[in-house]
Amino acid sequence: MHDMSAEPAVHHLSPPQGFIRKHVFSLDHKVIGLQYYGLALAAVFIGMVLSWLMRLHLGWASLAIPGLQHLSPNGAPGGVITPEYYLSLMTMHGTIMVFFVLTNAPFAGFGNYFLPIQVGAEDMAFPRFNMMSFWVTFVAFLVLIAAFFVHDGPPISGWTTYATLSSVGGISGPGEAMGQNLWAVSIALFCVGQLLGSLNFIATTLDLRTKGMTLGRMPLSTWAWFITACIGLLAFADLLPATILLILDRTAGTSFFNPAGMVVSDTLLPHSGGSPLLWQHLFWFFGHPEVYIAIIPGFGIVSHILPAFTRKPLLGGMRVMIGCLIAAGFLSYMVWGHHMFVSGMNPFSAILFSVPTLIITIPFTVATLMFLGSIYGANLRFTSASLFCLGFVSVFISGGISGFFLAQPSIDTYLHATYFVVAHFHFVMAVAAIFGIFAATYFWMPKMIGRMMNETLGKLHFWLTFIGVYCIFMPMHYLGIAGNVRRYASFTDDYLVPLIPVHKFITIAALLTGAAQFIFLYNLIHTRWWGPLAPENPWEATSLEWSTTSPPPFDNFGGRHLVVHQGPYEYNAEGAAQDYVMQTDPNFVAHS
Amino acid sequence: MSVTTYTRTEPALRPRPATPIAATKGIPSQTGVWVAVSAIAMSFAALTSALVVRQGSGADWQRFALPRILYLDTAILIASSYTLELARKRFTAYVTAFRAARSTQPAATEPASVEAAALRASGLYWLNITLTLGLFFVAGQVLAWQRLASQGLFLATSPSSSFFYVLTALHGLHLLGGVLGLIYASYRLRHNARNAQTSLGTAAVYWHFVDLLWVYLLMVIAIRM
Amino acid sequence: MGKFFAILLIIITLVSVYPIVTHMWWMPEVVSAHGPAVDHQLDETMIGSGVLFITSQFVLAGFIWAFGNHKGKIKNWPGGHKPVVAFGIILVGLEILSLSFVGSKVWASMYITKPDPNALHVDVQAEQFAFFFRYAGPDGVFGSIHPDKINDGSGNYFGLDPENDVAARDDIVVGTLTIPVDTPILLTLHSKDMIHNFYVPELRIQQDIVPGIDIPLHFTATKTGKWEIVCTQLCGLGHYSMKAYLQVMSKPEYDDWLKQQSGD
Repeated sequence: MHDMSAEPAVHHLSPPQGFIRKHVFSLDHKVIGLQYYGLALAAVFIGMVLSWLMRLHLGWASLAIPGLQHLSPNGAPGGVITPEYYLSLMTMHGTIMVFFVLTNAPFAGFGNYFLPIQVGAEDMAFPRFNMMSFWVTFVAFLVLIAAFFVHDGPPISGWTTYATLSSVGGISGPGEAMGQNLWAVSIALFCVGQLLGSLNFIATTLDLRTKGMTLGRMPLSTWAWFITACIGLLAFADLLPATILLILDRTAGTSFFNPAGMVVSDTLLPHSGGSPLLWQHLFWFFGHPEVYIAIIPGFGIVSHILPAFTRKPLLGGMRVMIGCLIAAGFLSYMVWGHHMFVSGMNPFSAILFSVPTLIITIPFTVATLMFLGSIYGANLRFTSASLFCLGFVSVFISGGISGFFLAQPSIDTYLHATYFVVAHFHFVMAVAAIFGIFAATYFWMPKMIGRMMNETLGKLHFWLTFIGVYCIFMPMHYLGIAGNVRRYASFTDDYLVPLIPVHKFITIAALLTGAAQFIFLYNLIHTRWWGPLAPENPWEATSLEWSTTSPPPFDNFGGRHLVVHQGPYEYNAEGAAQDYVMQTDPNFVAHS
Repeated sequence: MSVTTYTRTEPALRPRPATPIAATKGIPSQTGVWVAVSAIAMSFAALTSALVVRQGSGADWQRFALPRILYLDTAILIASSYTLELARKRFTAYVTAFRAARSTQPAATEPASVEAAALRASGLYWLNITLTLGLFFVAGQVLAWQRLASQGLFLATSPSSSFFYVLTALHGLHLLGGVLGLIYASYRLRHNARNAQTSLGTAAVYWHFVDLLWVYLLMVIAIRM
Repeated sequence: MGKFFAILLIIITLVSVYPIVTHMWWMPEVVSAHGPAVDHQLDETMIGSGVLFITSQFVLAGFIWAFGNHKGKIKNWPGGHKPVVAFGIILVGLEILSLSFVGSKVWASMYITKPDPNALHVDVQAEQFAFFFRYAGPDGVFGSIHPDKINDGSGNYFGLDPENDVAARDDIVVGTLTIPVDTPILLTLHSKDMIHNFYVPELRIQQDIVPGIDIPLHFTATKTGKWEIVCTQLCGLGHYSMKAYLQVMSKPEYDDWLKQQSGD
């Protein structure tokens, strides 16, 4: 007879047996983290190829791309991309990148791997839900990719899927029948996967910290994952019902988003009374927090990695950065209307949304200043990881500043839906967030795989990428200022034709920068099998992941229950024998 | 990934009489259920705002008479929360009685006293009643749908009927999830599993939430439809 | 390596700023009454942002140069973080306040202020993938729109019913938005299918056109000429080619044009 009273939940794991349990349906958060990372890696290469196809078409509209007609005979007859296929490529590019890369890798990937370790736990709080969350995400990815292979192709409504283009079914355009349905189902599944993931992150952070690991001693990366999980919980809980309503409008004849009197393809539709703006409100209420979900882990990762290579804690310590991230997360729920300034919503609301949008600049500015101030006086070490951290600061400044323009409705009236917006979000998401992922990879791959990555290749990858992304995305600002509208398959308007040479430059830069990513891919593959073995703590860092083997054993710490005595950034601490003190070191008297 | 024995020497430093803070006392399943409750609440908040916006955006909002069975359903659900609490109290009393009995008869492996056994049986009984009431609720919802359909109100008939079906269907689905949770807790209790009381507590939080959610939805439906 | 990085950053910064400063690719000429205020707001923001951009990238470059591979005593930022945090909040706060204050007035003049009561009304119908423009004709009254009567094939883009609707009989429907200069114009934007957008870069104004809503948009053109109206809200496969022309004429020319149209 067992005592049925509640016990503190400490897992007593037994090692997994068999290939399937170890590597496929694994309950181990480390395996799940690597699975998410692998999925993101596959997704990012698909998304990148899509962007190449898009950019080739924009620079050379009548270019025949050999082989493309086999993927889509309707979309690219003779290899020449049709306008509708361009929109399909664009929609899938955005959807894959935002959901399956930027939400997966920095948050689900690295977070799953390192959050339990950084708090000293043996695993996530709910390993079975964790495994489910990955496989649901994986199925969501397959459902999305299936859209490439249906008769009419993928949807053409952009990742933002605005009604009424997306809500009336196939008559609004190619890809809007089965393609859009697959998209909606995929995203609904993705929401479920993310909700299960957030559940795990929050419960693990609150309840499974080891002895001595107070909230104030958790690394900034863990804080960032925790905050992101909280944001994601509410954001995805909003998107899921939105996709359900969209599916009903498309398939069940309801009129949530479809107004009366629509005549599409000479057919008067029977809908009535719906509000296309309702979709935008529901979508952006999710959408804006979503982009912070994409960037906040990056801030946490850079905050965590930079001290190891400046050999001193961040300026402002834990509190300022945590405060910035919480403020940004909180404010992210108040600004969604800045995507809708010219949408037809009440113009007064534009002013109401503009104010918190501008205020949100403050926590990000303070965070950036903390990064800058941390480099001052440091013993700055250059490694691939630290280069990407420094690069993150530069590109985030570039991307953030363009936000200043777009946050003001009076300027947005000119710049809305131009390449200026494309420049802004690519700098902060496609560049800064990806730099965070690269930094995390170079920093943590030795721990995850037990082998060191090649530093020469890593640095080469950085220089080529850093120069490349500026060549790709900085000119887009100029195009936007010139009024170049976005989401155009080709440029036939009188005032746009003279801008095509700029597009050609961007395309070439994109292709070259894309090629440079194969250096990274090669490095990963080479490391996996032939990299030199990694020591336990190659970077002389302090947090708990460096107090175990590379890679860690299945229960993270070999049965030990670590006791934490100080915070995670005791670099260059007074009275210490070396320039760093491990969190588990019992002999050091910290100053906080 | 093999288990390695870990050896390490720390550099000698100033000794420190530290008293490390204890590991956290929170129970993940309890935290988890509150997290889940927040997410579900957010989903229904989004649907509520969609309803409000939709009602104002078109002139086609059609009010209809609520099927009376919904009020009976509400009473059933509230009753089920009450019976769930009865079950929980019985189980808590059982554990106390069991422990008291075991302290006097440490070798016993079965409920040592008749009183304890009665409490356990009573707890399971009330748990089963709760489950039954939950299933009656779902049956009542289906009847309500049939009533509406017989009045010619289907999913796409008018926005009010659309929201009615969507809200009740989603609520019903979540309630069925709660039923599964209760069945799981019941299973663990019957087999005297460890932490079974925690399972019951977690399932109870969820169940009461689903109950409150229904009362909220009923108010929204009654006022706006 | 630090020095290389620092120099690279400085080069990137200068090269990025050069096209902005020299207006290599810039906004087209402004032809609306409210336009100069928008341009002014953009210029002010550009100066403020430009200073921030250059300064912060140069500071990053400078720190990387000075402290890259530095070994030895580590220094902390003098004064600690508090002055820096305060600086950040105050600097950004002031910029926000000044920009919002002026900017909201510009916005209000375009979207919140009521149009001139004597404005010339033009009805706009957006559809996949064209714009059509309707004038009230000599009776000064617009006919009603009947979606069930819309027929592109017969040119009934607005769904007018001239048989039963007297006001609709003299409505003028054209494919080019023709307006007189220096005259307040009030557009009413309709869409019959998807969300579209009315954007004329030279006018410095754009507005989404949403099916189910009649959206007003007003402006005054200050120059004669011909410019493009383009759709900026993704509306389907023909989105990239959905455009019309805005023709601004002198008042006498416009009156002649209108007479001609009514005569047809």
